[in-house]
Amino acid sequence: MSPDVRRAEHPGAAEEARNRAFGPLYSRNARAVISRGLMATRSSNWLVMLSGFFEPVLFLVSMGVGLGAIVGTVEGPGGGEISYAAYIAPALLAVSAMNGAVYDSTWNVFFKMHFAKLYQGMLYTSLGPLDVALGEIFLALLRGMLYATGFTAVMGVMGLITSPWALLMVPASVLIAFGFASMGMGITSFLKTFQQMDWISFILLPMFLFSATFYPLSVYPEPIQWFIQAMPLWHGVELLRQISVGTFTAATPVHIGYYLAMTAVGMLLTTLRLRALFLK
Amino acid sequence: MMPAGTRSGRLPHAGTVIAAENLTKTYGDVAAVDGISFSVSAGESFGLLGPNGAGKSTTMKMIGGVTGRTSGKLSIMGLDPDSHGPEVRAHLGVVPQQDNLDEELRVRDNLLIYGRYFGLPMSYLGPKADELLEFAQLTDKAKSKVDALSGGMKRRLTIARSLINEPRILLLDEPTTGLDPQARHILWDRLFRLKEQGVTLILTTHYMDEAEQLCDRLIVVDKGRIMAEGSPARLIRDHSTREVVELRFGSERNTTIAAQLDGIGERLEVLPDRVLIYAHDGEGALEQVASRGLRPLTSLVRRSSLEDVFLRLTGRSLVD
Repeated sequence: MSPDVRRAEHPGAAEEARNRAFGPLYSRNARAVISRGLMATRSSNWLVMLSGFFEPVLFLVSMGVGLGAIVGTVEGPGGGEISYAAYIAPALLAVSAMNGAVYDSTWNVFFKMHFAKLYQGMLYTSLGPLDVALGEIFLALLRGMLYATGFTAVMGVMGLITSPWALLMVPASVLIAFGFASMGMGITSFLKTFQQMDWISFILLPMFLFSATFYPLSVYPEPIQWFIQAMPLWHGVELLRQISVGTFTAATPVHIGYYLAMTAVGMLLTTLRLRALFLK
Repeated sequence: MMPAGTRSGRLPHAGTVIAAENLTKTYGDVAAVDGISFSVSAGESFGLLGPNGAGKSTTMKMIGGVTGRTSGKLSIMGLDPDSHGPEVRAHLGVVPQQDNLDEELRVRDNLLIYGRYFGLPMSYLGPKADELLEFAQLTDKAKSKVDALSGGMKRRLTIARSLINEPRILLLDEPTTGLDPQARHILWDRLFRLKEQGVTLILTTHYMDEAEQLCDRLIVVDKGRIMAEGSPARLIRDHSTREVVELRFGSERNTTIAAQLDGIGERLEVLPDRVLIYAHDGEGALEQVASRGLRPLTSLVRRSSLEDVFLRLTGRSLVD
């Protein structure tokens, strides 16, 4: 042990003190926020979580199986014919990754901040706002990963998986969720009222409906195609659709790069806005 | 009246755990805290008194490092909370004005998880949580949900939670507001025990009896400035008389009769419902009133309290 390390009153205090990069914002203890989230889930939230798993499954059954009976087969990525259910399933997974991550990083954070006063309590301990942000984002991703695993299993059971590549949809969903969660948290720092929070749903719903989720992008005139391609969800839908059949193109790295960039920008924004987000 | 900031420039002596110098916090054009200076020694029980909006809670938040200050110096255990927030808070226990217990966790889990926020190991937290539940008289509620607790129990749990890291300084923001008398007395007893154990208590309140019970020394704050500082007894001596005579002549007549009371006692205060005579000898003052042929409907001689000091210094008009 180096001589400049002070003897701490409590185990952990000295360790926390050493990190000076984020000084008052970070104490390297996001895992405490994570344990809190897991414990809260165990004792009260698990039913709510279960409902989040069923949402995309219900969509898949109604649209994929029901509507799919009329539609028949469609052209999948790479030109192969696939069932309509197999066509929309990866898109629904991308939508569910988006919705879960956005909910966790916006409404959930907003509620815990302004009503449950949860963060107020946390921030009077050794925790800094960055610990809270990282812990909450990790929890959102963990949840997203469980949902993606469950949904992929459902796809398997329904016979919609034709390629072993499809297993990679799980980590890809986590990447999509990471992009939305980090960006969502940064944006939440600017929002003060419920009315403003409603704008988020106002953006999410059309993105869900029009991002080539249920039909190919080619139905739109070119200017609209460009617009949708600039939106994040389309990249998630395309990425998962490609992975589901194991067909990759030059666009694949672009989709992945889009989310890496979105995550980086979102994390930067969240970090810069931490004081506005948590310390009011 | 003592000007604000008379103590600025006084050097913190050894054993000082909190030193504030010209501490200022402004929101836009409004100065919530306007250049206050004070220091608190280890083991002392220090009160911040003031009406709503006086800047008490803002001062507490600056001490905890959750609100940055606009200017001035502040040192907690020798550290600046703005730059060493997590380390400063490792020494602090905080009981906020509003209970912010974790409603999604059970009673004992609230203590365990709060301890985790300080990075404390479970091997320490398990026995510590049981000890604190005992201290807060909540042992049989360990597995209850938080929203099943009464107001007094929630408050005690919040205090137990604030002690999980064995803080040297306990910040209590209006700890007994909204509690019934039984619950308040239980809480005072618990706080007094902590004081006996050498914990430094920083307390905001607008209950004068609470301040007299718990504080060794206090500052009276109004509109972000220090109006007076001292022990409760000292403040009463400096800013009020030993006794107060309260006379009621009926709402209509108080003002007209007050003119005839001139010269009795040290100071006269006319309120809508009664007239107060501040005097060193209350009974003597009352005899003088009688000798002038005045017959109040009711009269009461009482000792001066911190409330008299408070009202004198911060005024009687309603502040919201």
